[in-house]
Amino acid sequence: MNTQIATFLSKRRNWAIPYTVFMFVFVVMPLVLIFWYGFTDADGTLTLANFKKFVTSSEAVNTFVYSIGIAVITTLVCLLLGYPAAYILSRADLNASRTMVVLFILPMWINILIRTLATVALFDFLNLPLGEGALIFGMVYNFLPFMIYPIYNTLQKMDTNLIEAAQDLGANPFQVFTKTIFPLSVPGITSGVVMVFMPTVSTFAIAELLTINNIKLFGTTVQESINNGMWNYGAALSLIMLLLIGVTILFSSDSNNSNEGGVL
Amino acid sequence: MMKKIFAQAYLWLLLALLYAPILIIMIFSFTESKVLGNWTGFSTKLYTSLFAGEVQCSLISAIWNTFAIATIAASVSTILGSIAAIGIYNLKVRARQVMLFSNAIPMVNADIITGVSLFLLFVSLGVSQGFTTVVLAHITFCTPYVVLSIMPRLQRMNRNIYEAALDLGATPFQALRKVILPEIRPGMISGFILAFTLSIDDFAITIFTIGNEGLETLSTFIYADARKGGLTPELRPLSTIIFVTVLLLLVIINRCAEKAAKK
Amino acid sequence: MQKCDSIIEIKHVSKYFGEKAVLDDVNMCISKGEFVTILGPSGRGKTTLLRLIAGFQSATSGEITIAGRDITQTPPHKRPVNTVFQKYALFPHLNVFDNIAFGLKLKKLPSSLIEQKMKHALKMVGMTGYEYRDVDSLSGGQQQRVAIARAIVNEPEVLLLDEPLAALDLKMRKDMQMELKEMHRSLGITFVYVTHDQEEALTLSDTIVVMSEGKIQQISTPIDIYNEPVNSFVADFIGESNILNGMMIKDREVSFAGHCFECVDTGFGEMSPVDVVIRPEDIILFDPNENAPLTGQVASCVFKGVHYEMAIVNNGGYEFLVQNYHSYEVGSQVGMMIKPTEIHVMKKERMYNTLEGKLIDATHVEFLGTQFACSEVTGIEPGAEVWVEVDFHNVILEDNEEDGDLTGEVTFILYKGNHYHLTVWTDWDENIFVDTHDVWDDGDRVGITIPAEYIRVIKK
Repeated sequence: MNTQIATFLSKRRNWAIPYTVFMFVFVVMPLVLIFWYGFTDADGTLTLANFKKFVTSSEAVNTFVYSIGIAVITTLVCLLLGYPAAYILSRADLNASRTMVVLFILPMWINILIRTLATVALFDFLNLPLGEGALIFGMVYNFLPFMIYPIYNTLQKMDTNLIEAAQDLGANPFQVFTKTIFPLSVPGITSGVVMVFMPTVSTFAIAELLTINNIKLFGTTVQESINNGMWNYGAALSLIMLLLIGVTILFSSDSNNSNEGGVL
Repeated sequence: MMKKIFAQAYLWLLLALLYAPILIIMIFSFTESKVLGNWTGFSTKLYTSLFAGEVQCSLISAIWNTFAIATIAASVSTILGSIAAIGIYNLKVRARQVMLFSNAIPMVNADIITGVSLFLLFVSLGVSQGFTTVVLAHITFCTPYVVLSIMPRLQRMNRNIYEAALDLGATPFQALRKVILPEIRPGMISGFILAFTLSIDDFAITIFTIGNEGLETLSTFIYADARKGGLTPELRPLSTIIFVTVLLLLVIINRCAEKAAKK
Repeated sequence: MQKCDSIIEIKHVSKYFGEKAVLDDVNMCISKGEFVTILGPSGRGKTTLLRLIAGFQSATSGEITIAGRDITQTPPHKRPVNTVFQKYALFPHLNVFDNIAFGLKLKKLPSSLIEQKMKHALKMVGMTGYEYRDVDSLSGGQQQRVAIARAIVNEPEVLLLDEPLAALDLKMRKDMQMELKEMHRSLGITFVYVTHDQEEALTLSDTIVVMSEGKIQQISTPIDIYNEPVNSFVADFIGESNILNGMMIKDREVSFAGHCFECVDTGFGEMSPVDVVIRPEDIILFDPNENAPLTGQVASCVFKGVHYEMAIVNNGGYEFLVQNYHSYEVGSQVGMMIKPTEIHVMKKERMYNTLEGKLIDATHVEFLGTQFACSEVTGIEPGAEVWVEVDFHNVILEDNEEDGDLTGEVTFILYKGNHYHLTVWTDWDENIFVDTHDVWDDGDRVGITIPAEYIRVIKK
């Protein structure tokens, strides 16, 4: 018996088995369950009723569209603010820029709720009203580092010879940027866009805090339906969000081939 | 020159914007006022009352739970992830791709979907949700990060050193302990720290798996607190402490990484 | 097989990765104390053979014995062999001392003895004083020395070396070769050395094993391998050579490049096709006269340091590679002479492609997994198993893979004076041999077609 165990363990690839089992139970099964719940009713019979309910509920559809809108705006603002920052960082000398990048990422490591509450505090402190503006500010504040980091990474890795080659071939600084630097940083941009868009579109709880419960996002709808025991409906809504995320990733995976995405 | 100054100014402005909320919390952790934004003179009372346990006992237990969950989840993830990384590294290309793909799911997926999916898993298995389910959920989303922080070290390792150890008379187990383990140890450490901070930080997945038996972690406590309208003043010193701790942990990780990079 | 005062015996060993045979029925004996080099092109099974001896991989079939014990199933840590790896494989977290002491510590030797042995091994490789250095701080050559010390300190019966010098620069490589040879003499243990560098093999070895396509081509001393290659592959791989198609007229008389030559080989029979090998330094050049058996025009002349290397094309269009201490101007006419003893005649391995096939109907035959049209076949039942023969020069290679009836990859190119003899590994996992005047590169993907009229179908 002991020797059997020994030979089993001596095959190193068998070591992947525990995690395979774990992933099957805690990653694959749960996803399958979302599908199962999404396409069944409370009695377990197959149905499309959950989706019909979503489509016919104007409130849910409105929230959905509104969430996408907010996510798009947040992503755009992050891109507009983040790209110049990433560009400046990538041009700075390496040691200084490393520290700066860490400074930009640091706030990410504080609990998202605390960060959000801090934003609320800031708005209170400055006597600004909470609402849509606060919501977008809070989102940008929360997710801006996700945009800066991947763009910085691609710009950083870019071969400076390419820029010199462009200059050598007669490009002025503006043309160097539009014809060389920007096209080459597109993978970083897509991965940044995905990394900002996905959490903003799926976020919940934050919106309520930033708008004193005035604005509801799609994530909150999902959470509420689960909380209120409407598991099937909640699963169906999750599926819709999953679909949205899947589309985003598909759109990005074409241009984004490496691991620019990692934070730290 | 002007351009450079302008660029630097832009960066610092952005940073100021990013840090403003945190700074406000930190500053107002040194005053007694119940409402944030109202400075009533310097005081460390919030700190003392936080440590003296004069706050609601639910906050204290939430802190405890958070750290207990993070410690267990990070430890288990590190062990599970290390074993898995060694296994995955030895798989054939196809199987390895499948494993790494599944490994990426919890990282890529939106937290809320992971949360809902785990919630559905636990309710359909009839498991009552509480401490154990939160720990399991945290292991689920932490392990991929551990695997990913160990894999590069394995891939960079000379494949022959394991064989060299066998060749010099080490049993497979000895070779693993004396050669592979020292190689992946830095990856395990940074994986553990990463898992630990992720676990402490998590809200979205915790809220779906924590059940309604009254268990609270820091995140859920803050959430409940904030929804009630006010924010327990002691959370300000607590956030400050957490921020400083995370800062220190990050410095350690970066030092480790730098050392490894130099090697 | 050779005499067997052997320490390692390899009997009928085959190793398959999936369908592909990396080692195909390998047999060999290695004598105690010998310096044996396994030589062959990269990725053709020689490292696999070494890994089978070390125990990192197990043979699909066959048996390996070391010192008379069957070790086919023995795990590597229980084998009396130690390995020096190509990229050193030093343990990066240990210093020089701990790397070398690794094996001894596992054997739980007393630390004073470990220290003593370690010092001795370091001295042996000329690295005294480096004990406490970090291995990453050492140069490639130094790391390789530590790797050797780490292996020999365990006093193995056999030392396996897997291209240990491949990562070093030329000068360092030459120095290390001499040191290895010296080490082999003073240690008195068996060295099994894998390399793709023929010069290294000739310099170092007592015995050379030439491997290709998972098969042993020749086992011999360096001198015999150089002077008496058994086939055109060995002749081409070891040193430079002119390899030509020839015809054995009778004993001691061979014709090639349009002339008859006296030679010393016998026993090939009369009028039998052969391969003729002539080393470039064995062709004697002189100003042309009527007695010259061969004359030709100098097509190129390059100074190589010690000698000049010239390409000379004779009247029949055959190109000869010649090395000479004197140069002849490009374009000038020269006479060429070859001593009978320098003409090396080898039996041809094959005259034409012979493939297994199946007759589909009177005008179609299937082989290499593909259906080909052929001239009308009579006297054989459709569906019968047949032999298919195709002459080398009747196989046509196409640039575009789609243009061929089947596809393959050029794996070996032999220049035969006036044409190329290619080995093409088809996607049906069988070789087809092609004679062509076109220039192809190793690794080229090609389409293969065979005109119907050139396919000979023969009853099995």
